[in-house]
Amino acid sequence: MTAVRVAVVDHGAGNLVSIGQALAAVGAEVRIAATPSELDGADMLVLPGVGAAAPAMARLTERELVGPVRRWIADDRPFLGICLGLQLLFDGSDEDGATTLRIVPGRTTVLEEAPTLPHIGWNQVVRRRDHPLFDGIPDGADFYFVHSFAGRPAPAASDWVLAETTHGGTFVSAVARGRRLGVQFHPERSGADGLRLLANAVRLAAGHREEGDGPAPAAGSVPVLAG
Amino acid sequence: MLRRRVIPCLDVADGRVVKGTRFVDLVDEGDPPTLAARYAAEGADELVYLDISAAPEGRATLLEIVERTARQVFIPLTVGGGVRSVDEMRAVLRAGADKVSLNTAAVAEPSLIRECAAVFGSQAVVVAIDARRVTRNDPLDPTLATVGWEVVVRGGREATGLDAIAWAHEAVGLGAGELLVTSIDRDGTQAGFDTELLRTIATSIRVPIVASGGAAGPDDFIAAVRDGGADAVLAASIFHRRIHAIADVKTAMAAAGIPVRLVEPVAA
Repeated sequence: MTAVRVAVVDHGAGNLVSIGQALAAVGAEVRIAATPSELDGADMLVLPGVGAAAPAMARLTERELVGPVRRWIADDRPFLGICLGLQLLFDGSDEDGATTLRIVPGRTTVLEEAPTLPHIGWNQVVRRRDHPLFDGIPDGADFYFVHSFAGRPAPAASDWVLAETTHGGTFVSAVARGRRLGVQFHPERSGADGLRLLANAVRLAAGHREEGDGPAPAAGSVPVLAG
Repeated sequence: MLRRRVIPCLDVADGRVVKGTRFVDLVDEGDPPTLAARYAAEGADELVYLDISAAPEGRATLLEIVERTARQVFIPLTVGGGVRSVDEMRAVLRAGADKVSLNTAAVAEPSLIRECAAVFGSQAVVVAIDARRVTRNDPLDPTLATVGWEVVVRGGREATGLDAIAWAHEAVGLGAGELLVTSIDRDGTQAGFDTELLRTIATSIRVPIVASGGAAGPDDFIAAVRDGGADAVLAASIFHRRIHAIADVKTAMAAAGIPVRLVEPVAA
């Protein structure tokens, strides 16, 4: 079996090195995608990032990636949003008023009840239902967070909720629906359980490809970050 | 519940981990990524590299070390020491660091904090404050004295006249996402953390506080959190010299009722 090809979307915010190296460590072939054509042939799309929504959306717009990324997600192709990449799935962000990708009904709001802000460090991720993304990972395992805002799904989107975390108040720390996955924490910085989660996400994408509904193999050359 | 973090700090000079009281009596301790991987396996919650290279070429060496570390260690890495501009911070983050700590350069040019936070986000900007205890006489009553802290720079060798508590507030206002507070009086002494300094800052500021300077044993870590209100505790020599293992410190903290992340030992 050939390695799962993961396109990491470059929207100018975030540590692409860490996520690239963590995905490579679990056997994925990683490429950085800064243009729509660089998504071609990928089996899975990762939207990473830290920081604010508006600059990231501006960069996605400038690089003509908003349409392709929205279509990818709307088509229920393998997707993982991390931190800001999860927040961008919602309608908009209170952080700077940005309109985001509007996949998940709801808004990104500040962690109002947090005793310390930003919420930095390891915290427990408590599942609300079972999902293969967490295969081999104990319920309540610690993952590494760095953020001040979190997506708050509207009541109509409650079926997206996969896990929650408490820091003062409780917020949604993982979502899943179909092949779309999102985590508020940083699996690429969460030690062994983080790598396990990324390996699960990659394995799920491989499963979808084996089913025969994956994308056609890529033409052209795209830069490979690490191997 | 959010865990209190235990963070080993590796002083790095010209590509090697060194130990000693910051700038004197340096002893070669080995290859930074190797030691970093060992600490990660032992349960370190984050890592800090403090670059104390004397030679300019030490900088390039540091970036190479950060890159090698990020390839094999999957916990957060903060790099401090000598970062003076947005471009220098970008280079360190591009090499694979998650955060950069600003110290002397931020004191000299506080707007650097705002510029770096605007470009990389507050979560990537740690402001390191080296504080020295000072006693000030009450101008109205010479029999009264108040305790305060002054910011010092260049590894503690240069006083600034800045009040450390006021500087902490200013740094957060400018966009610092975390404060690394070092008691220069305690640093390297193993006399315990200055919990009064920590508490004075932690009770008036919402961003996480990392305690540094003076750790001798598990009780000091417990005191930094319980009495000082620290969100994370940093230490160097007691881990390097294997006086205490990270796991033992965390077990003691857990026994004292402090929430910590306990990592199962990796089979040899």
